Amino acid sequence: MTEIKVTPLGAGQDVGRSCILLTIGGKNIMLDCGMHMGYNDDRRFPDFTYIAQEGRLTDRLNCVIISHFHLDHCGALPYMTEMVGYDGPIYMTHPTKAICPILLEDYRKITVEKKGETNFFTSEMIKTCMKKVITVNLHQVIQVDEDLEIKAYYAGHVLGAAMFHIKVGQNSVVYTGDYNMTPDRHLGAAWIDKCRPDLLITESTYATTIRDSKRCRERDFLKKVHSCIEKGGKILIPVFALGRAQELCILLESYWERMNLKVPIYFSLGLTEKANHYYKLYITWTSEKIKKTFVQRNMFDFKHIKPFDRAYIENPGPMVVFATPGMLHAGLSLQIFKRWASSENNMVIMPGYCVAGTVGHRILNGARKIELENKQMLEVKMAVEYMSFSAHADAKGIMQLISHCEPRNVLLVHGEAEKMAFLKNKIQQEFGIDCFMPENGETSYIKTVHNIPLDTSLNLLKRQLVPAEETEEPDPKHLKVLHGALLMKGSRMQLIEPAAAFRELGIDEYELRFTCNISTEEEGSVSDTSERVYRTLLREFPRCPVQCSSDGSISVGESVLVKVSGDEDCKNILVSWSHQDEDIGSHIQKVLRPDA
Amino acid sequence: VCLSDNPSKPCFVLFFKGVRIMLDCGLDIKQILHFVPLLVVPGFQVSKARPWSQGGDKRTRVPDDVTQELKDCGGRLLVDGAPEFAIPETGIINLSTLDAILISSYGCLMALPYITECTGFRGTVYMTEPTLHIGRLYMEELVKYVERNPKSSVASHWKQEHIIRNLPAPLRDAIRPRQWRKLYTLHDINSALSKVQLVGFSEKVDIFGALTVTPASSGCCIGSCNWIIQSKYEKICYVAGTSTLTTHPRPMDQAPLKNADILILSCFTQTPLSLPDPMIGEFCVNAAVTVKNGGNVLVPCYASGVTFDLFECLSGHLDQCGLSGVPMYFLSPVSDSTLAYSNIFAEWLSSSKQSKVFLPECPFPHADLLSKGRLKNFSSIHTGLTTDFHTPCILFAGHPSLRMGDIVHFIELWGNSSANTIIFTEPDFPHLDALAPFLPLAMRVCYCPIDTSLNFSQANKLIRDLRPLHLVVSETYTKPPVLEPLRNDLTIDFEPSPLTYKQGEVLSLPVKRQFEVVEMEQELANTLEPVEVKPGSALSLVTASLVAKDNKFLLKRLSKETQLSRKRRADGSLLWRKPYIFGTPSLHTIADALKQHGFSSIKVEESDTGSIIHLVKEDSLIQVDGSSTHIICDSEDVRLKLKDVMLKCLKQL
Repeated sequence: MTEIKVTPLGAGQDVGRSCILLTIGGKNIMLDCGMHMGYNDDRRFPDFTYIAQEGRLTDRLNCVIISHFHLDHCGALPYMTEMVGYDGPIYMTHPTKAICPILLEDYRKITVEKKGETNFFTSEMIKTCMKKVITVNLHQVIQVDEDLEIKAYYAGHVLGAAMFHIKVGQNSVVYTGDYNMTPDRHLGAAWIDKCRPDLLITESTYATTIRDSKRCRERDFLKKVHSCIEKGGKILIPVFALGRAQELCILLESYWERMNLKVPIYFSLGLTEKANHYYKLYITWTSEKIKKTFVQRNMFDFKHIKPFDRAYIENPGPMVVFATPGMLHAGLSLQIFKRWASSENNMVIMPGYCVAGTVGHRILNGARKIELENKQMLEVKMAVEYMSFSAHADAKGIMQLISHCEPRNVLLVHGEAEKMAFLKNKIQQEFGIDCFMPENGETSYIKTVHNIPLDTSLNLLKRQLVPAEETEEPDPKHLKVLHGALLMKGSRMQLIEPAAAFRELGIDEYELRFTCNISTEEEGSVSDTSERVYRTLLREFPRCPVQCSSDGSISVGESVLVKVSGDEDCKNILVSWSHQDEDIGSHIQKVLRPDA
Repeated sequence: VCLSDNPSKPCFVLFFKGVRIMLDCGLDIKQILHFVPLLVVPGFQVSKARPWSQGGDKRTRVPDDVTQELKDCGGRLLVDGAPEFAIPETGIINLSTLDAILISSYGCLMALPYITECTGFRGTVYMTEPTLHIGRLYMEELVKYVERNPKSSVASHWKQEHIIRNLPAPLRDAIRPRQWRKLYTLHDINSALSKVQLVGFSEKVDIFGALTVTPASSGCCIGSCNWIIQSKYEKICYVAGTSTLTTHPRPMDQAPLKNADILILSCFTQTPLSLPDPMIGEFCVNAAVTVKNGGNVLVPCYASGVTFDLFECLSGHLDQCGLSGVPMYFLSPVSDSTLAYSNIFAEWLSSSKQSKVFLPECPFPHADLLSKGRLKNFSSIHTGLTTDFHTPCILFAGHPSLRMGDIVHFIELWGNSSANTIIFTEPDFPHLDALAPFLPLAMRVCYCPIDTSLNFSQANKLIRDLRPLHLVVSETYTKPPVLEPLRNDLTIDFEPSPLTYKQGEVLSLPVKRQFEVVEMEQELANTLEPVEVKPGSALSLVTASLVAKDNKFLLKRLSKETQLSRKRRADGSLLWRKPYIFGTPSLHTIADALKQHGFSSIKVEESDTGSIIHLVKEDSLIQVDGSSTHIICDSEDVRLKLKDVMLKCLKQL
């Protein structure tokens, strides 16, 4: 009986700052190392003192695994590796490694240069941090050390997002990161094989929603966009540079082409082209359809979408602008929002989830007056629309994943407490398995039971599988019974033939033999008595070989010998057997003794 | 079983633990050299082709229907018919029973449609993603070359035994022409590749629970791999087309191949006498000199692989020579796709190429060359090449056999000028044979074979590093090459001497299986009471029911009723659990124990062969002799008591 320990340092009954500590088979693993968008103080990073009061973390952790490049999953990484101190391995996929440093740098610039914070990680730190990263391919089994192996599966949340299967000995855990079970315009659906882990740690962002069909949402989105620009309004779509943005670009691009629209679409400069280039180079991580057509036309070569310049903010006339960041908490998107918020013709479309504390979160909750950092009040007159395009699994998707990989336990993270509780109930009812939802800093203990693997001698096994005596067809329902000796030497366990076990240990079987004389005063010839004894024995042991040999002795089983001697009046029955056939021997005694 | 004659285009079938695995599926294209080249324009013949006028001896004259099938090209007799290919041996084994096919690289799957579509194959094909895509392109290229100029009939009359014997060499020496097959179609390719399951490097793939197979990077081309086939206790490594040099693919991964029971080697370099690096240098120099003198350079090549390295090296060299204005053309029906694919397989490339993608930039410099217009690719000479064609230039085109593809056209076009050069780099075909039908040629011919596969010294070093228990290699690798009979360094040397394979032979591999994994349920384990027999070693007898499912074994606790029913021994049924006793009690221990249990009148007689304890009062004898004891006693009560005493002195399981 072993135990798996899980402690979320972030994302426990919360969204943001994903960072989960996992102890499995004596190995400590950190799953994701994110920051929280909603805080600007210490709380934005996970509390690493939980792992070690002071000093570096290298000795305390066997490895760090990053599921995808969103900052709430990797934003604290340079802080942890360079400022707290960690030199061990960090695993992520190729696209994550490519894109992650760009987002980190972007984040750093906003925090340090715009907000003037000091004591933050530097560009140099991001570089040294990324040098510690080891890249993984999908389905590649990586041996972190002798016992610990990890394997990545496609998660479909953003480019390069992965789920990880972590295995130590017989214990295994699957960590999903963020994932999406329905393929969208540019990414495929998450997939995992039936790996039956002891524990599935899954995100639960949309624990209670079952989103309507994708197509409807898309049509809805396009209709809103179209009617707004017809009225001459400006549309702001705050996005993260990578991920949803590309999907919406593809959507708008094809709509523009179909409807022959001329209204400009802009994408905030800098990241965009680079980002699209990444998509072009990592086509293998996108959906099947894009992969098939990329030779003729790369989907990420957009015709209608042009780079944005700050000066365009004041341009008259309708336009659609994609601007970063996605939650309106800083940067260009916030700047544009401030300029456009006061016009009723304009519209802001929030295509994703917003963390509590951000401007995006506030306007989504219906706030029409927003207080800005310099105590200014901003009146929001523009239309605010929420389109759930976030590529997270919905309740149905989560259940689907659970039934797919058949875990023995489920642990929920990355979601809101009440929604989690609802999903937890549902999981327990539907699958009859334990479900955990620890808070940040709270540890869940998951007990695991496993079969014990034995090195079994092939000879022994073959004898059982191929019945020697029975000539009938092997009957699959027939109970096969294996009888062998289990030899335990150090940590190695072998199941071998008993005789072989004795040989290996250099011990001899001890022979203990019993001989009894039973005298009867039966009359008649010796052979008559012998015959009588033989018949009795045949009757008593119908399924045991009873044989009469030429010298008059009778053998029963493997070692029992019965011999009758004496004269006409008095017979002496000699019974001899070895300890192994003690039951036969003592039974014969009972049968043959005249007083019995 | 080895099914292929050419060790560079391997095809094996491995039987292990009841699973049938085919290792690679190479197509020996060399035989195509016996055919008349196919021109790009249908209906036209190569200018040197003449009807064959056989001379001389009446006895060896062949009938007219045969002569119509044969053409004299540049003094060599070639077959004029739809090209056919030598496929792997299909007669030895029933290939429909194959469970899996493991493909090591895109160079080794060209015969796949023959196996999967023509034999009733029902298994799965495993390969990496680049191998799938590039392999598909290679096969499509071949199909397009052949279909572009359809030949109406398959020439078969010449194959008859009595005729072929009388034909002039080299056609006479064609290997098993009657087993040759026409090329598959696009439909066959799609259907064959639909049976593919993609794998990533070091992914563990389970085959029927009996084996796991794992691909490990082999460094020879994009996505190429070696296969490790292992059960819990045995490990067989299949090494094909491995390169220890650094070119564009991911470097070779040696660690997983170590300490194998069996190491199967194939696909060594086909040009053991020349090293790739100086050859690339020579290639660049030759190309540059020709261009400088106003000539054109023709490079017969495949649509991927080393060709990309050539682009890289050549463009660099031309820059140095001040010739960066010279255009390079790349002609292949699949050039669009291979170039596009080369950009998206960053994960499968060397780390320097990988880090370019992080910037992000395209991993290969040819992307840059393409965007600057220095390199231009066309699917054939008909698609826009003519409007945009400047000489002198360097032209890469397929097919390297010179029997089909656009290259044929250009040999005809440029062959008469000594200013031009043709440079051979692909080692798959002997260049003189390839050129034979075009002779005499005025153009300069260079031979710079570039084969990055293992050469013998690298292979021997690799074998020393990997330390396999047994080595399996092609018979040809144990002897020096025919042309260099004294070069003993061009062989494999290994102790114990390697097992060798050749086509059609069955080789039994010395793997002795002793153990299998059986899992024991926790519930059963709890019921066991191991006895410590020796310090550090404990023993316990296990009687349990064995459940076999999907090649996995599970020991379960016997159910209560079976336990009860089996225990009943009175009816003579077999008892499942027999007691085992062991130990070496001394005479004293026994005597002391007897005394403790109330046997007072003990007389001990010691002799050479053993000792006898005489219990006077109970009239019983105990013979003690090393590892056995014989109790002679007539009273059942006493006997049972004695038994208990003896068992106390012994250990019981």
